[in-house]
Amino acid sequence: MSSRNSFDGTATWPPPALDPAGPFAGPVNTLSWVLFAMAGSVLLIVLIALALALFGPRRWRAKLGGQKLVWIGGFAFPVVVLTALLIYGLGLTSHLTQEPQPGEMRIRVTGEMWWWRVAYLDDQGRERFQDANEVHIPVGETVVIELDSADVIHSFWVPRLSGKVDMIPGRRNILRLQADQPGAYGGQCAEYCGGPHALMGLVVVAHDPAAFQTWMQKQSQPALTTTSLAPGADVFRRAGCGACHTVAGTEFNGLAGPDLSHVGSRRTLGAGILPNNQGTMAGWISDSQTIKPGNRMPAYPVLTGEELRDVSAWLESLK
Amino acid sequence: MKWIALLLPILLCACSDKTNPPRTIAGADADAGLEVMQRVGCGACHVIPGVDWPQGVSGPSLKGFADSPMIAGRFPNRPAVLVDFITDAPSMAPDTGMPVMPLTQDEARNVAAYLYTLHE
Repeated sequence: MSSRNSFDGTATWPPPALDPAGPFAGPVNTLSWVLFAMAGSVLLIVLIALALALFGPRRWRAKLGGQKLVWIGGFAFPVVVLTALLIYGLGLTSHLTQEPQPGEMRIRVTGEMWWWRVAYLDDQGRERFQDANEVHIPVGETVVIELDSADVIHSFWVPRLSGKVDMIPGRRNILRLQADQPGAYGGQCAEYCGGPHALMGLVVVAHDPAAFQTWMQKQSQPALTTTSLAPGADVFRRAGCGACHTVAGTEFNGLAGPDLSHVGSRRTLGAGILPNNQGTMAGWISDSQTIKPGNRMPAYPVLTGEELRDVSAWLESLK
Repeated sequence: MKWIALLLPILLCACSDKTNPPRTIAGADADAGLEVMQRVGCGACHVIPGVDWPQGVSGPSLKGFADSPMIAGRFPNRPAVLVDFITDAPSMAPDTGMPVMPLTQDEARNVAAYLYTLHE
């Protein structure tokens, strides 16, 4: 793990579990500990019974061998305990998956092999703009995440902010998030979805309300870039990057890959896994297959060093 | 024969001085350099002993870099040259794929110090 680092978004990936940072993660944390405690005590009881059955006094061994114990310990006890735990657990976490109420902020996150398409929605559920691999939320406000998948089953898990809910093709699942403090919170796909599943991370960024409004404002406009970086846009065009990637305000409008309209302002590259700077951008474009084997972006060994630097400089300027 | 025996140690010293110029960086911290490399993501392009992942191959492997006579196959491997190359490779090699890296002078010196611990 020595190469996991403390740079912005990637500092929080892989994310720590059992370290709640908001009101929806709290009950999940409580439930986890209750389940660990129950499982631990049942294991202890079973081990004691086993030890007595093997080495205990004859009278105990006879009792343990009887049919009564099987009915009580093997049937009645699990039925009662598991039912009680199920009811307790569902009660504790049911509000995590409530449908959005009027006025609540809505974000749709679609699982893709092996990244996250993010769309900010208005009250009616219409798309305002798209982004990828990062979810921005205001601190102290409940945000309703609408989960979907474009291909196989993924699972959305930001352990410090909420529970874990599957993203199922053709279904719309709900998960509520809230962060008490500003900061970056790591997430991870928690359902095996093929090849580079383990390298499918994401970052949730919680802003103070004012900073969040500024971010939304900026994000809904095309990024401003300087004409001196135009050679990079030209490389992007010639290499055909626009076939898969959208950059707002340009002719690039591909939909297969992550939206790059503001890629320079993201904390990570490659879906939550690499720090984002011109160097990692150049490395990712040149040979993302070595970094994240099996991902759907091909390596680009046709680009010269200068072209790589130009295109990565232009992309990093899209803030 | 005698004069050869006398000269030999001097010749050997001269040779070893030439092939192994001191590659040390005063006051730099190699461990901090490794941390910088992990934070910045140098592994996206380079295989670096001490960095498990990623191990990119777009740039040269830095294994054994301390014993390499050249930087990027074209500049002498001297501390001052290396620190310059780490921060601003394009100004030295206009056709390189390695961009200007977001490092302070101290960070670049620490990175160089770490690279000089990488013997074959």
